[in-house]
Amino acid sequence: MNARKIVASMKIALQALRINKMRSALTMLGIIIGVAAVIAMVAVGSGAEVRIKEQIASIGSNLIIVLSGSVTSSGIRMGTGNAQTLTEEDARSIIRECDSAAMAAPAVRGGVQTVFGNNNWGTQVLGTTPDYLPIRDLEIEKGQLFTNSDVESAAKVALLGKTVIDNLFYGENPVGQIIRIKTVPFTVIGTLVPKGQSPTGQDQDDVILMPISTAKKKVIGTSQANYAAVGSIMVQAREGRTYDVQDQMRSLLRQRHHLQANEDDDFTIRNMEEVFKAQETSARVMSILLAAIASVSLIVGGIGIMNIMLVSVSERTKEIGLRQAVGAKTRDILSQFLVEAVTLSIVGGAIGIALGIGASVLISYFAQWSTVVSPGSIVVAFLFSALVGIFFGFYPARKAAYMDPIEALHYE
Amino acid sequence: MSSGNIIEVEHLSRTFRIGELTVPALRDVSLEIERGDFVAIMGPSGSGKSTLMNILGCLDKPTSGSYRLDGISVEEMDRDQLAEVRNREIGFVFQQFNLLARTSAIGNVELPLLYTSELVPDPRGRALQALASVGLAERADHHPNQLSGGQQQRVAIARALVNNPQLILADEPTGALDSRTSIEIMAIFQHLNRLQGITTIIVTHEPDIAAYANRNIYFKDGRIVRDERIARPQDADYELMEFAHADAI
Repeated sequence: MNARKIVASMKIALQALRINKMRSALTMLGIIIGVAAVIAMVAVGSGAEVRIKEQIASIGSNLIIVLSGSVTSSGIRMGTGNAQTLTEEDARSIIRECDSAAMAAPAVRGGVQTVFGNNNWGTQVLGTTPDYLPIRDLEIEKGQLFTNSDVESAAKVALLGKTVIDNLFYGENPVGQIIRIKTVPFTVIGTLVPKGQSPTGQDQDDVILMPISTAKKKVIGTSQANYAAVGSIMVQAREGRTYDVQDQMRSLLRQRHHLQANEDDDFTIRNMEEVFKAQETSARVMSILLAAIASVSLIVGGIGIMNIMLVSVSERTKEIGLRQAVGAKTRDILSQFLVEAVTLSIVGGAIGIALGIGASVLISYFAQWSTVVSPGSIVVAFLFSALVGIFFGFYPARKAAYMDPIEALHYE
Repeated sequence: MSSGNIIEVEHLSRTFRIGELTVPALRDVSLEIERGDFVAIMGPSGSGKSTLMNILGCLDKPTSGSYRLDGISVEEMDRDQLAEVRNREIGFVFQQFNLLARTSAIGNVELPLLYTSELVPDPRGRALQALASVGLAERADHHPNQLSGGQQQRVAIARALVNNPQLILADEPTGALDSRTSIEIMAIFQHLNRLQGITTIIVTHEPDIAAYANRNIYFKDGRIVRDERIARPQDADYELMEFAHADAI
């Protein structure tokens, strides 16, 4: 089969398709819908994946959270974090002793009511140290961050998240204003860049940040027994050492808490990346599932092509007989009809790709879902549609190629 | 290779199976046709003449016996080898013309060149030349439905000629034409036979048409019953002149 013959087959095929424009268009419709569905579904699926990845990134990279553990008090087992077994000193020692930890910030939390002018808003206070911001990948939008000396002096300064600002200030510039948190006046020294939802669906912007000392002394309060206790410690592992840091911290904290070999940990270490990897996997499974369902329609489209090619072959029996009589070989006839089927599926595939891209743009616009059309899915869809043409075109083409020339010539 | 036999058929039989029955179409036919001859094969329907034409045209294979075309044994060839022989050696002309309806005259004539094993340098030029030899060069871009029956058959003859075949096989070539057009077509066959020396075999049931050939072979019940040389075949050109003369008066 040389180039001249391929060009000739293509000419014949295109001519045949032009003659039956309506039929060709309807046949292509199956492939168009199939390819468009695959492209759009994959776009929705990978959009979800990308969003989860972004959310994971939003909680901070290489983030390990150490939570105060549960202890049994008089036979009543308290939930995680209720017994504040961790201390600010634990956080400092992690930085000192664990070479795989880059930063560590202790954190205490508490629910509070805040007031500004006539507005009030219930939110969460998070007392911590300045390192908390880089660990959680938080940034200051306006104003400035509190300093270590603010922490030492328990200064009454606060950083506000977007949700808090929206509910207290209604467009006014909050920086420099005085708000009341649990009746204590605080100066707003800065605002945080919005982060949106966490992977678990929490509003990460509904928060007030302040020095940990201030939070304990003025807002949340501490247990008399353990003034230095904290609810959790946020640790940023050095790049690629998220597993080392877990081991190092475990042995350090066990030693610091004087735990015997037969005692359980009185703290919990959570690798946040691992937690959200599971969600990412489920998003990918959904994406594959959607693509699989959509490709069923592609196969249905292929059957449509086969059907119409069989009709076309039997309609053109006499033409096939003539071509055979003047010297067309088996492969000449085969390639003629195969090219016709593949042309149908490729043109359908190309239109389907355009339509699929359009559909994913519409989906992201109207449904507010992020969709991502990857070049890979376009290439795969195109190749797959060509493959559908070859696969479903082969049987009709073979039928044409092996016709008996005498019977074909006398077919009416 | 300008003399000798182009066709040598020995003890050829062809039977068809229809369900349980075995129907013989050709029974032990032996036949030789000289290069450059003009032969008419006659006989009633069912006499086996069409079956013989199919075998001579390499569209069908004998059940037994041998067939040598231009010195080549064809009975052992497979589909594609037969296709190649048809393409190179044989030009077909059919009763119903069998032109591709959506293709121009020149496109139809070019068709066999599409399937040649060697590259044809100027297919369009070759096709135009073939059309010119049947007097239709100026209708090259017409579609079959814009041509008369006689013109369509001339396009079909040009298609048969385009690969410079050794042999033209015409199955009832005038069956769908009126008598004057039939004579025009026969004139073309006579020209090709006399001027280019192309061996021509036509199947017909009309004695008037057979009269233009040099040799008439009669079939009946799958056998040759009569084989005669025509001393003075009819001259189609002369007849056409007579027609023209009659028209003038």
